[in-house]
Amino acid sequence: MNAVGGNGGSFGKGSVPLGLRFIIIAIVSGSLMLLDHHESHLTRIRQVFSIVVYPIQVAVNLPFAGWRLANQAMLSRNALLDENALLKSEQLEADVRLQRLATLEAENDRLRAMLDSSARLSDRVLVVEILAVDLDPYRQRFTINRGLKDDVYIGQALLDADGVVGQIVRVDHMTSEVILISDADHALPIAINRNGLRTIVVGTGDSNRLRLPYLANSADIKSGDLLVSSGLGGVFPSGYPVGRVLEVLRQPGQSFAEVIAEPLAQLDRDREVLLVWEADDEAGGPTSTSIAEAQ
Amino acid sequence: MSGVKSQRRMLLISLFSALMLAIVPLPAAIAVYRPDWVPIVLIFWSLMTPERVGLLTAFLMGLALDALSGALLGQHAFAMVTVVYLSVRFHLRIRVFPVWQLSVTVILLLIIYEFMLFWIDGVVGRSVPVIERWAPVVSGALVWPLVLSYFAGVRDDTQTRV
Repeated sequence: MNAVGGNGGSFGKGSVPLGLRFIIIAIVSGSLMLLDHHESHLTRIRQVFSIVVYPIQVAVNLPFAGWRLANQAMLSRNALLDENALLKSEQLEADVRLQRLATLEAENDRLRAMLDSSARLSDRVLVVEILAVDLDPYRQRFTINRGLKDDVYIGQALLDADGVVGQIVRVDHMTSEVILISDADHALPIAINRNGLRTIVVGTGDSNRLRLPYLANSADIKSGDLLVSSGLGGVFPSGYPVGRVLEVLRQPGQSFAEVIAEPLAQLDRDREVLLVWEADDEAGGPTSTSIAEAQ
Repeated sequence: MSGVKSQRRMLLISLFSALMLAIVPLPAAIAVYRPDWVPIVLIFWSLMTPERVGLLTAFLMGLALDALSGALLGQHAFAMVTVVYLSVRFHLRIRVFPVWQLSVTVILLLIIYEFMLFWIDGVVGRSVPVIERWAPVVSGALVWPLVLSYFAGVRDDTQTRV
C-alpha cells in the first residue's frame, strides 16, 4: 500500500491511500447498482456507456458479418439459380395462399364491422440484424443493431418467420437488448389456437423449452396444440404463433398440470428478426378513417 | 523510454482485446466456460505495474463490461475493483511467488470475483445456475499460464525495475 501510494504520484493518487480509494470506488459502484436496480434513473448514463462500447461490439461483429458477406459473394451461379427457382415456386405458393387470405380478410372485416368491433389493422415491421455478440450465458438475451434512432421502444415485440421471438428490454442509441420468450424471467399471455383457452407461457432458460405452469389438471390441452399470442398483455400483437405443446403431464392429486411446449421461432439460430410496430399507435389513424368512409 | 511506450501500447491493446474476448460469440455448449478475460488481464497488469493499472482502470473496465453484457450497472465494476484492490494491495508479496503459487492466488482472486457477481445476482433476485457459475474459474485457471507466458517480456522488465 505504501509502496504504491508513495511512488504513484503521476496520477495524483499519491495523496489518497489505497484503502480509502477502494472504499470510495466501492461506494460509487454500490450506489450505481442501487440506482440501476430501482429502474430508469440511469438510462442516460447507460446510453452514454453504450455509445462508448459500441465500437467494441462492432469490432467483434465485423468478422462474422464479413464472413457472411464473403459467403454471399462466393456463391456459385448454379447455387443461385437453384435458390432462385426454389424462391419462385415458394412465391407462387404464397401468392395462391394470399389470394384466399385477401378474401378471408375482407370477409372478416365485414363481419367485424357488422359486430361493431374494431377492425384488425396490419402492423408495421422492420427487419433487424442480431449482432454476433454474446451477453450473459445464463440469460436468454441478445443485442440487435437498431436503437433510439429507429424509434425502437421498450416492450416492443420481435418476431421471426415462424413465430414470436421476444421483446425489447433496453434501448440505447445504436443498439437494443432483447429478452427471448425462453428467458426464465419472461412470461407471455397466449391462447390455445384449437379452443381459445387463455393462459400464460413462461420461459425456462433453455432456448427450446417453454412451460405453461398455470393450467388446471382438467384443462383441455393436449400435445401438438398450437399456442398463439393472445394480445392480452398489450405487448405482443395477437394471433402470432408462439409454440407447440410437446407433452402434458397430469398427476392426480396435483391441482396443476405440467405442460411443456417448444417455441416455434428459431430462437438460437436466427440472424435476422422482425421488429413490430403495432398498428394502432400511428398507422391506426388513416386506416380507421378509411374504414369509416367505406361505411 | 521507448520500452515504457511500447508497454503502454501493449496495455491498451490487451485491455481492448479482453473486452472483445468477453463478448465474442461461442457455441452454446462451451459458452459457460468462457474465461473471465477482463479480470485476468487486469490482475496481471495490476500485479506487474500497480502504479499504472489500479482501481480507477478496474472501475472503468468493469463499467464497460456492464454496458456490454447488459448486467446491472456497477456489478462487474464492483467485483473488478475488489479483486484489483487485493492484487494491488499485496502485489509485492504475490509477485515474487513461484508460478504455481501465483496461479493458485489468481484462482483465489477469480473465485472472489465470481462470488461477488453471484452474490449481487442473488441480492437482485436474478436466478443463476449455481454449478455453472464456477466454470469460468476453471477455464481461467487454464488460460492464466498462457497469459503469463504471452506477457513474459513485461514481467521481466518490471522485475528488474523494482
